[in-house]
Amino acid sequence: MAKAKTRRPPRIGEAPVFRNSMIVIVLTLVALVIVAPLAVIGFEAFSKGIAYFAKTIANSDTRHAILMTALTALIAVPINTVFGVATAWAITKFDFPGRRLLLIIIEIPFSVSPIVAGVAYLFVYGLQGLFGETLQSADVRILFALPGIVLASMFVTAPFVARELIPLMQAQGRDLEEAATSLGASGWRTFFSVTLPNIKWALLYGVILCNSRVMGEFGAVSVVSGNIRGQTNTLPLHIELLYHDYNAVGAFAAASILAALAVVTLIAKVALERRGAGRVRRPSLAGTAPATSETTP
Amino acid sequence: MKIRLDTVVKTFDTFRAVHGVSLEIESGELVALLGPSGSGKTTILRMVAGLEFPDGGAIYFGDENATDIEVRHRGVGFVFQHYALFPHMTVGENIAFGMKVSKTKRSATEISGRVTHLLRLVQLEGLQDRFPAQISGGQRQRVALARALAVDPKVLLLDEPFGALDANVRRDLRRWLRKIHDELGITTLFVTHDQAEALDLADRVVILDKGKIVQSGTPEEVCRAPASAFVMNFLGDANRLKVTVSDEKAQIQGVVFDADGIADGPAELFFRPVDVTWREDGHGIQATIARVIDRPDSRRVLALTVDGQSIEFDAAPEFPFRAETRGFVDIRRPRVYPA
Repeated sequence: MAKAKTRRPPRIGEAPVFRNSMIVIVLTLVALVIVAPLAVIGFEAFSKGIAYFAKTIANSDTRHAILMTALTALIAVPINTVFGVATAWAITKFDFPGRRLLLIIIEIPFSVSPIVAGVAYLFVYGLQGLFGETLQSADVRILFALPGIVLASMFVTAPFVARELIPLMQAQGRDLEEAATSLGASGWRTFFSVTLPNIKWALLYGVILCNSRVMGEFGAVSVVSGNIRGQTNTLPLHIELLYHDYNAVGAFAAASILAALAVVTLIAKVALERRGAGRVRRPSLAGTAPATSETTP
Repeated sequence: MKIRLDTVVKTFDTFRAVHGVSLEIESGELVALLGPSGSGKTTILRMVAGLEFPDGGAIYFGDENATDIEVRHRGVGFVFQHYALFPHMTVGENIAFGMKVSKTKRSATEISGRVTHLLRLVQLEGLQDRFPAQISGGQRQRVALARALAVDPKVLLLDEPFGALDANVRRDLRRWLRKIHDELGITTLFVTHDQAEALDLADRVVILDKGKIVQSGTPEEVCRAPASAFVMNFLGDANRLKVTVSDEKAQIQGVVFDADGIADGPAELFFRPVDVTWREDGHGIQATIARVIDRPDSRRVLALTVDGQSIEFDAAPEFPFRAETRGFVDIRRPRVYPA
């Protein structure tokens, strides 16, 4: 009896051999593919000591690259946040022709390779491009300058905020806004005291994902930035340059900063997920659930 | 506040939701809009609220044409089917919201005094610091009502107010809403697809079908004199038999019924399952019992006429007959409608 019990798996697919080998395979893959390379970055960055690490970071080109990345994020993220909220609002609260098309279009940056976006911007704003001559005669620099980098980053990260908000706002429906308006609230008042509090965690989640992508974007930015050291290099581009200069320690040091940014993002993301962001339905949204059993006093 | 709808029309994309509805609701009246789903009742309610705008016709509040007044300036209290309480605000904050955003400024003490008063009115004293997720469905419904009443609406509008609640809570809340209405005397319009709810609660019932009013009257009027076969059917269980009318007399198997004002030709005879007596002598329509179903307070008998039309009727629990028994169906209060 006891023997039969041990031989029989508690549930289907839980035979000990199968179970253990699956766990070992997954852990090995995670260690090889994800953990080891990250560990190498940290290790290599400090391989010549903390002093050398600090010196590398303090290098004026590296500092400038960090600054460029921060500046790009500072411009692109707020713009895309506003864009994302507006898009999600329009798609979920209004009916208009082209609504479904808009839903598909804002997904394009997800499916298109970032380098395609870069080349497209080259075509639009480049010297031989659509507006190239007009821009040059007006002395406006878009490509190989900050505006180009910001535009390319914005293209790549355009869907992040909207994608987080749309399912949530769709689940919430229009009832809350209608209720607020029927009680006499203006549009702005309704947005700030009813809509925003109910989407804030999902919004922050989207902003964080958007920010981490802006800071890490390589493909699209590398095409439009021109890679001018100390002028138009962002952190990911600078890491590549350092590496091509055979400055492995420098590359790893710069990369460790980017990796540290990613870790901070990850922590923030996990913290937000605990508050229910990033899920389609909020567990605490009880207003729409019909109560089945209850008593009235 | 008296409300008047004048040939209101509303079309969604290609679907005509409301066809030229005219309706008057007297000041202080409690009126039910009753109809099956898709009959346009909710659309009418939302147009009165200003949440939808009619494509044609006009809506008057008193003597004022309110057709184009936005919902936030219209001064209506709207209670949503799923309550639409703000989940991030407490019960007290929900009720106070309308007063806080209103143009007439109120002091914080005035607002909190009114919140307390409203909570007492809806019998929810002490729940003001709870969140909507922490109270029951029936309590949420009452918070939603208190929130709507807080802005001193001219008109109270309720969309399927008890739709999401279970039967017992529903009945209690119904009686309670009637009491509140009688206390406040506010003109109230509510939407329901539940006949019992409409008849139980309303001064007047407006029955809608496919975007048109098919009958309007007191519960007694619509129950005793349904204007059409649809109303007869919709208000409760009804049997339907095919009959032939000539000279204002409906005839089936030699049994004759009055059919005043019905044109000659085929027609339909309607009657309620309680308005039937089963007889063994030759009085009534000949039928054979097909099945007997037992219920706590009665027996429901399914019978077939000689020409195969089915009849259902209620009998006392002591009803002794079984399937295959032949007899006669004696009908009281028959109603004949054109086919």
